[in-house]
Amino acid sequence: MPFNILVAVSLLYVVVLFGVAFVAERRARGGLAGWLRSPLVYTLSLSIYCTAWTFYGAVGYAARSGLEFLTIYLGPTLVFVGWWWVLRKLVRIGRAQRVTSIADLISSRYGKSNFLGVLVTLMAVLASTPYIALQLQSVTLSFGVFASDTPEGWALPDQGATALWLAAGLTLFTILFGTRNLDANERHHGIVMAIAVEAVVKLVALLAVGIFVVWGVAGGVADVLARIDASAISDWNLKPGRWAGLTFVSAAAILTLPRMFQVMVVENADERHVATASWAFPLYLMLMSLFVVPIAVVGLEIMPAGSNPDLFVLTIPLSAGAGKLALLAFLGGFSSATSMVIVAAIALATMVSNHIVTPLWLALRVGSARAPGDVRGIVLMSRRLSIGAVLALGYTYYHLSGGSAALAAIGLISFVGAAQVLPAMIGGIYWRGATHVGAAMGLITGFGIWLYCLFLPSFGADGLISTQVMAEGPFGIGWLRPQALFGIVGLDPLLHALFWSILLNTATFLIGSLASFPGPMERLQGVAFVNIFDQSSGPGGWVKSAAEAEDLLSMSQRILGPEEAQRFFQAQAAAQGKLGFLPDPTPDFIARLERQLAGSVGAATSHAMIAQLSGGATVSVQDLIAVAGEAQQIKEYSAQLEAKSDELARTARALREANDKLTDLSVQKDAFLSQISHELRTPMTSIRAFSEILMEVDLPDEMRTKYAGIIHDETRRLTRLLDDLLDLSVLENRRVQSNIGVANLHDLLSKAVTSASNTRPDRAFVVQRDAASEHMPVFTDTDRLLQVFINIVSNARKYCDAERAVLRIEVKKRGRIVEIDFIDNGSGIPKKSQALIFEKFARLTDTSHAGGAGLGLAICREIMANLGGSIDYLPGQGGAAFRVRLPLKRAS
Amino acid sequence: MRDKHIVLIEDEPNIAEAIRFILSREGVRVTHHASGAGALAMLQAERPDVLVLDLMLPDRSGLEILAELRAAPAFAALPVLMLTARGQNRDREAAERAGASAFLAKPFANADLLAVVRELARGGA
Repeated sequence: MPFNILVAVSLLYVVVLFGVAFVAERRARGGLAGWLRSPLVYTLSLSIYCTAWTFYGAVGYAARSGLEFLTIYLGPTLVFVGWWWVLRKLVRIGRAQRVTSIADLISSRYGKSNFLGVLVTLMAVLASTPYIALQLQSVTLSFGVFASDTPEGWALPDQGATALWLAAGLTLFTILFGTRNLDANERHHGIVMAIAVEAVVKLVALLAVGIFVVWGVAGGVADVLARIDASAISDWNLKPGRWAGLTFVSAAAILTLPRMFQVMVVENADERHVATASWAFPLYLMLMSLFVVPIAVVGLEIMPAGSNPDLFVLTIPLSAGAGKLALLAFLGGFSSATSMVIVAAIALATMVSNHIVTPLWLALRVGSARAPGDVRGIVLMSRRLSIGAVLALGYTYYHLSGGSAALAAIGLISFVGAAQVLPAMIGGIYWRGATHVGAAMGLITGFGIWLYCLFLPSFGADGLISTQVMAEGPFGIGWLRPQALFGIVGLDPLLHALFWSILLNTATFLIGSLASFPGPMERLQGVAFVNIFDQSSGPGGWVKSAAEAEDLLSMSQRILGPEEAQRFFQAQAAAQGKLGFLPDPTPDFIARLERQLAGSVGAATSHAMIAQLSGGATVSVQDLIAVAGEAQQIKEYSAQLEAKSDELARTARALREANDKLTDLSVQKDAFLSQISHELRTPMTSIRAFSEILMEVDLPDEMRTKYAGIIHDETRRLTRLLDDLLDLSVLENRRVQSNIGVANLHDLLSKAVTSASNTRPDRAFVVQRDAASEHMPVFTDTDRLLQVFINIVSNARKYCDAERAVLRIEVKKRGRIVEIDFIDNGSGIPKKSQALIFEKFARLTDTSHAGGAGLGLAICREIMANLGGSIDYLPGQGGAAFRVRLPLKRAS
Repeated sequence: MRDKHIVLIEDEPNIAEAIRFILSREGVRVTHHASGAGALAMLQAERPDVLVLDLMLPDRSGLEILAELRAAPAFAALPVLMLTARGQNRDREAAERAGASAFLAKPFANADLLAVVRELARGGA
């Protein structure tokens, strides 16, 4: 394959990546992040764990050391499957504290110590530089494979130039998309998206090569198994110490590698993504490792002796003539290398710029321009420069070391270096007693041992440590030999360095922490980290305070009210044995005051307010967030109050309505009683007057008879009235005993007409009926129905004012209901009175003729309601007209 | 009491009959009207010495009629006996406010009626 085409394809691929990053950035900025923040993208971005070392190197590792390469996948799998709650806590802390890098995490946890930040940054740069060099080398090597005619020849005249171009291109890409903005959350959507795409490319490439090797080169699964069985790899024996040690170191690395921390914590968009990644990422690793052994075995078998096993992924397809597959494999390796370099560069540049360059710059310019905009520009610029510097370092290392060691070896050395942060990190998020001093001691110890025992010797014999020192120890001190500390010999150098560095690191961290006391800020941060899931800021502990008691009093008065504040201060002063209102501002007193104020304004606000007055402590972002949270709660509470007061208003309205109704009822009751009184007193007046007349005077007989007759009539009127009242009362209370019977409607009407005929019997009165339509049985309380009919007919007889009074009775059956209309030919009832006639005592005309109390129609209405029917006035019939509606069968 | 003229406005025929009987025995001339309609004109024509007025009439209230009388100079001093079948204090007070000279609740003793009318007739004469 022509070298030019390869370069063209690489450039095209890079252009595509630029495009992906650009589009993702645009969408994120436009608020269209959507699936950019999906758990899938998060999981794929984690795959930068699989660098070119994994892509190419795992096969070489397998070829050299058998199944040991699996430990590199096993460690992360254990962490993600079994220890994902550690990840969750890290992610939660990272988001709550706005952590920008692993150095920032350590620095922030231990009281925002910049010393620790610098320390971790230096360690990270030192441990990562070889790794970046490794990526440059792997890409250069793969270029070389294509450029040379023979698969094993990978010496290219302009090899250095390739690496240089690569480093420059990566610098450009990283600066473009890694330092576009300086958000507090430090997220880079474009880069994460590009990495996710690269993750897919490398997985597809490796799987494609694996499938080609198993089914294309070898003869299928069975054949491959047979070949594995025959190869040297099957002779591999598990070395428990090395297996466990490597698993541990890779598990530690997934948590502590700066680039892993960057994608896992800093770039995390949603904590729930960790849950998805906990199974999806191990699955990805499993797929990546699926074909490693087959490729290694087949490669060892078919490639000429002496070929570099690290490049089997490329050279097998090439030697088999599958040029396009080789190109895909090349792109896979290219992806692995570039994604790692980009993220590592961003992570390291953030650390270098935040912990070294910016503080230095600020320190040098202290007192002069301190405008925030100024600092912002400086931070961006220093970050850009740092990216360049990191890549330049990587390139320099590559140039100097020139492919000195096998890829995997550099990878593991780097891992052990990164793992040194583990004790300080795990201790920091789970142990409140961990201190700044302990962390610094542990880090320095562990890092020193790593440098001395692993990193420096890795440059080879007489590289940076002389052979003499290696063999006899510095100054001839035998127990300080780099690969046999304390006289322990025979251990694998990597395991030896890992064992001693982590052991002494952890030990000094514990001892240092126990032997020292955390500062106030450190204690505050310790609580915030360890109790991140409680999210209560906890007692800050005001160790030394510049707060003046008077200031505190005046502030407290504003919050608690003058009386209570003064009482509290007086009591506190008395407890200190002082008179007056101003106690000494001891830490104890201030803590108590803070709790007192917290009762009024919430813990965070109280803490922040006291912090302002007591000077020393700073208000952290978290304090402010907590204040905002409390303000939100207060807002919600006041919204609730508002809702309550609305509810009260509604209740008050309902009460007012009920009261109006009661008042109305009371007025009605008074009117009713007054009416009854009138109706009772009127006949009694006549009775009394005439009985007195009869008692005292000698009257002619005819007059005596007449007056006795009046008395008799009036007593009957009284009785009728009382009967009606009782009747109405019973009916209105619906306590009427229905006496259901059956009767012919015709017979009932006839009876009513007959009974009513004694009302104004002197008067001519014609009743018109249609007997045929009246014959039907009605099942109802027939006595009550008859009472209604009599009432209506009597009313007609009483009130119809026509010259020749005529009452027409019409019966119509409508389904299960019968309508009986009573229509006379009088002048009817005026419209304004039609609504009144069914009310009690609603007598429209003068009582002289009525002889009733005006309860008749009221009683009729109650009876019809009791019978399940109705009675209504029927307007527009020429005279007074009433319609009685009745169900043929009374529903019981 | 003789030759005095009393106008009675009362809608209950039996009560009117009783009052007329009681007063006529004393030699008083009693004119009965069953409704309050056109009361002012009627009284202008009748020129009674005493007016006996029922409070609850079918067409209009006795209180209205009384207020109308008191507004007219000719009847400002006319003695008026108010009768009511409701007998509550409220009605008594309302009657006094409207300017009734006397008040009787139904049912009343014949003697009481006579005494009140006699008193009014003497005062008004």
